[in-house]
Amino acid sequence: MTTVPSAAPTLPEGVTERLVPALAGRLEARVLVAGQGDPVLFLHGAGGLIWDPFLATLAQRHTVYAPEHPGAGESDVLSELPGIWELVLYYDELLDSLGLDRVAVVGHSFGGMVATELAANSPRRVSRLTLIAPIGLWRDDTPIADLAAIPPEALPGLLLADPESPLAALLAPPADDPQALFEAAVRMASILHFIWPIPDKGLRRRIHRVAAPTQLVWGERDALVPPVYAEEFAGLLRRSQTVLIPDAGHLPQLEQPQSVAEAVLDFLS
Amino acid sequence: MKSIFFHLMPYRDLPADFESRYESIWVTPPNTELCDPRMVAQYYDWNLAELELADRLGFDGVGVNEHHQNGYGFMAAPNLMAAALARRTPNNSAIMVLGNTLALYSPATRVAEEFAMLDVLSKGRLAAGFPVGTSMDVNFCYGITPTQTRPRFREAEELIIRAWTEQGPFTFNGTFNQLRYVNPWPQPLQKPHPPVWLAGGGSVETWDLAATRDYTYSYLSFFGAKFGKKLMDGFWERMDELGVDRNPYRAGFAQQICVSETDERAEKEYLEHCSYFFNKCLHIPPYFFEAPGYRTRKSTEFAIKTNQPGVIAAAAALEKDWKTLNEEGFIIAGSPATVADRLIESAKTLRVGNLHALMQIGSMPHELTCKNLTLFAEEVIPRIRHIWDDEGWEHRWWPSGAADRSKAAEGVDAGARA
Repeated sequence: MTTVPSAAPTLPEGVTERLVPALAGRLEARVLVAGQGDPVLFLHGAGGLIWDPFLATLAQRHTVYAPEHPGAGESDVLSELPGIWELVLYYDELLDSLGLDRVAVVGHSFGGMVATELAANSPRRVSRLTLIAPIGLWRDDTPIADLAAIPPEALPGLLLADPESPLAALLAPPADDPQALFEAAVRMASILHFIWPIPDKGLRRRIHRVAAPTQLVWGERDALVPPVYAEEFAGLLRRSQTVLIPDAGHLPQLEQPQSVAEAVLDFLS
Repeated sequence: MKSIFFHLMPYRDLPADFESRYESIWVTPPNTELCDPRMVAQYYDWNLAELELADRLGFDGVGVNEHHQNGYGFMAAPNLMAAALARRTPNNSAIMVLGNTLALYSPATRVAEEFAMLDVLSKGRLAAGFPVGTSMDVNFCYGITPTQTRPRFREAEELIIRAWTEQGPFTFNGTFNQLRYVNPWPQPLQKPHPPVWLAGGGSVETWDLAATRDYTYSYLSFFGAKFGKKLMDGFWERMDELGVDRNPYRAGFAQQICVSETDERAEKEYLEHCSYFFNKCLHIPPYFFEAPGYRTRKSTEFAIKTNQPGVIAAAAALEKDWKTLNEEGFIIAGSPATVADRLIESAKTLRVGNLHALMQIGSMPHELTCKNLTLFAEEVIPRIRHIWDDEGWEHRWWPSGAADRSKAAEGVDAGARA
């Protein structure tokens, strides 16, 4: 749930970009692909798509497909995807286009919500499911902060176990760069489009359909989506196991890339 | 130029340390803690009395608007106030509801119905304001998805105009409004429909709508003509591009105004209330101003190109002392002659024929507000009413049932007072 800039134009070695027609040609999905082995679909959170060390580690044992969430670019695609239902169908279609009949899915935060919806919609398609601090459920006694109303100076404290870490500088664009602020706002808008004003769009009514064994990965010190939500997901999923990551907040795969990658690789193998 | 007394209806007794103790005047100021309904009963009474006085004094129109969960404007339902005014404005001022925030109403035929009721009730004096609405109201208070703000507005605008002008019943199959039978009773008295007044803060899409649908556009800001110049220049350039004439009655602007006997006396009487407004009533954190997705890519690109964020930040950072407020044009204050001169200069600079005069400002008490209105009506309006006459434009957006005081002989206004 951050505003890290999306992947730089020059991709890391071994990572290729694929543009895949979707929505009957009305949109081109941008997908980063790397690695070898059983396929894994990775769905990013509100921070945008960035090829980080966690994905690099996953790609050592798997072919990782990391699509960019639609709507962050130039096109007016969001009007084609008015709600979570159309978004799930979009990803289902994208898997067809990528030739992935059955796939493990890893999703972070908003991407975790979409991953769960996808697994509920197409239970036979998702072989294993890893959810890193997913949103999608709501508890009145533990409200998730309003993503649109967080002062920039409060972001590191909400997202990171260590607000002083160098990662803090990546969470928001510089205040004096209107273009960068705008691009970040457009990316955030494309996420908020599906979760405004509360990130509860009925997943609770559908989650029982998820057939895949599910791993829940949570930063012990996640202040944005507190670990009590791990219990909430676990209580609703048929088969799940929870891994709590010490010294990590809402971005455990960035704060503790090694231990998160190990846990996820172990679960997927 | 038409003068409309525009009332925001603020809470006049916020605590002295409000801006340091609370996050915002809008969306989150805790209601139970800060808003005493007994005080509000008194305010509403004063507010309506002030608007009714403006009608008797000879203002061309009286104006109300819609905000939600807002300490400087808790008129959640402006149509209720307009209904009260329709019955108590014997001097036939225009009733300007600027406006109903269309995106909030589902189905939007609710607005078509209430506005039609107001138009009939006031015998054709309604100016129907269609604002897109602020992000605070639409996205944060009413929970509308930011990216749906403008699509909902556009669909509602289409539906309302059709409900007013097409013979019912008809079917409307929209994205946000699906109605098998659209057939509101009554349709408006004004034909083809009450004049539509758009209001905005600089979205280019709104300008195009004003041009293509022949609506007026009012630029509503609290920062005066100097600040609004670049924006209104953009508006007129866009009208040129679209082949629309430069009739100044197409455009309006909002201005805070304080009139007294002399310039010096104005400062003594009004400074504290202006400070209250700028320090407390505009205490809004930046993140509430624009939820991501509220503004379109096109409008945001224009805002960046014209450095709107920078200009707003600079305006917000200024110390709000009397000299600055006046020099920057945030307020126009002083003797009737000073105020008239500066208003004429502003109106000519922006090329606008409608003045939304904000004359009850912040904590300004009832008696002082009445004085402000009286001096303005008696000594300023006669000096600014005819400033566009020499160009010969027709005001085609004035409600047909409202008095057209520009045509009355001088002196009639005073005689018409009830």
